[in-house]
Amino acid sequence: MAEPLLAIRGISKSFGSVAANVDISFEVAAGEILGLIGPNGAGKSSLFNIIAGAIKPDRGEILFEGRRISGIGAVACARRGIGRTFQVVRSFDSMTVLENVMVGAFLHARRSAAAMREAAGVIAFCGLAGRRDVAAHRLSPPDKRRLEIARALATRPRLLLLDEMLTGLTPTEAREGMQLVRDLRAQGITIIMVEHVMEVLLPLIDRAIVLDLGRKLLEGRPAEIVRHPDVIRAYLGERYVA
Amino acid sequence: MAGVVRGTLAARRRREVLLGIAILAFLAVLPLGISNVYLRGLIVLALLYAGLSQAWNILGGYCGQISLGHALYFGIGAYTSTLLFTRLGISPLLGMFAGGLFSGLAAFLVGLPCFRLSGHYYAIATLVIGMMAALLAANWDFINAAEGITISFHGESWADLAFRTAILPFHYVMLAYAALIWLIAWLIEGSRWGFFWRAVKDDVAAARSLGISIYPSKLAAAAISGAATGIGGALYAQYVGFIDPESTLDLSLSVLIALPAVVGGIGTLWGPLLGAAVLIPVQQLSVAWLGSAAGGIDLMVYGALIMALALARPEGLVSFFQARARKEAAGHG
Repeated sequence: MAEPLLAIRGISKSFGSVAANVDISFEVAAGEILGLIGPNGAGKSSLFNIIAGAIKPDRGEILFEGRRISGIGAVACARRGIGRTFQVVRSFDSMTVLENVMVGAFLHARRSAAAMREAAGVIAFCGLAGRRDVAAHRLSPPDKRRLEIARALATRPRLLLLDEMLTGLTPTEAREGMQLVRDLRAQGITIIMVEHVMEVLLPLIDRAIVLDLGRKLLEGRPAEIVRHPDVIRAYLGERYVA
Repeated sequence: MAGVVRGTLAARRRREVLLGIAILAFLAVLPLGISNVYLRGLIVLALLYAGLSQAWNILGGYCGQISLGHALYFGIGAYTSTLLFTRLGISPLLGMFAGGLFSGLAAFLVGLPCFRLSGHYYAIATLVIGMMAALLAANWDFINAAEGITISFHGESWADLAFRTAILPFHYVMLAYAALIWLIAWLIEGSRWGFFWRAVKDDVAAARSLGISIYPSKLAAAAISGAATGIGGALYAQYVGFIDPESTLDLSLSVLIALPAVVGGIGTLWGPLLGAAVLIPVQQLSVAWLGSAAGGIDLMVYGALIMALALARPEGLVSFFQARARKEAAGHG
């Protein structure tokens, strides 16, 4: 394996007496779509926020493109090339769709004409061209998720973290969302997706990391994951294990 | 594709400039049609507050940091320019920029500890700092303490920015001031900083995730806002000819600076002007008509009006115009 894009090494994090993550290690190759799955309370969100720089880990380190990023903070992570969305959608509600995405584009663009050009391209790519001048707070929930992706994409990330972007969508919307993720990968962007509903994610991802009670249960290809007794135990309980 | 995009946002900004020029032209000829001296004075004051409130709006409206201590920057601007003029003979034309520099610096320094605080604590901290500064100034002999400073008058002069009989010059001085601060706000709105500041106001976590440093953004907004307020303070000092802590540093002044933007439409280009055009006449007239009758009635009327406006239009007076523009757009579409 070539040098991984992202290397997670021995990450641990506790909130008070609750251990959210215990000694988690894995690597992500460039161009991969990786799923981070597990039941509620498995520590997915905590780990996700640690990778995005929003939370500092207690122990362990994270290397992105060979450089240490753990502890440098969310702003620096974004500048290094890590984009993210939020579990509960966060849009800039006083702005239009175009203006929202321009905020992201301004990470690289100095002048507003350049930011506008960049944002317009990203908006079209994400299928929001028809909603460009709509106020962000008037968007439908699936469009708001697209807006978050477009905004992150405008910062030209090499790693994109998607937090439950398929949760709560209708099957049609979820299919469209999955197509967008494939299009993103085709652009050369590496993707980590967090979902607690495993079914929607499996057809999309190359590999999954399964977390349970803060620990890494296993990692592998989707087909291996679904058959694994530990996964069935974690999701469904002891008596379903064949 | 890109051409169409240019169409929307850029066209809106162009429309705003054209509207600005039209309003500027209207305000430039307005006093020529008014002979009543009292009314002319009212307009001069409204223009000053349009500029001051726009200055406040740069920090409070665009960056979302509600300051209740802007009188401090107003006072620093007024005192700097006045001291330079009365003690060193430096023209207020230069002094007002020195005042702006000092008040911008003061806003930056106030921000250093206070922007570590979150949410409403910034507002409370600025309020307390402002009140402290007023108390200190009232006991500081170097600036004549509570007695204040009278700017002696040596004849009408543009070089000294001194006019006591003609009211027209100050109409244009205040108009230029309001127009300048409006222009600064317009430039900020279209710039990288403006986008970052609005992002900081709307959602801090999302802003961080896009690589925006929150603390420096707030400090920059505060410094520009404070400097713009300080220039207004210097102009006020020249207009009135007398300053003391009560008239330039009082808490009520901080509120008066913030109110037009809040009532007119916070975080909008036209809110402060619209708010000042409505509030300043109402405030001055209620003082004139009711102020002498019984203490406080004028303030009650004024307060009731602001409450009524806030209930009817939480987004501010500009929303009257925006609602109509939307309806027209829908009608054409």
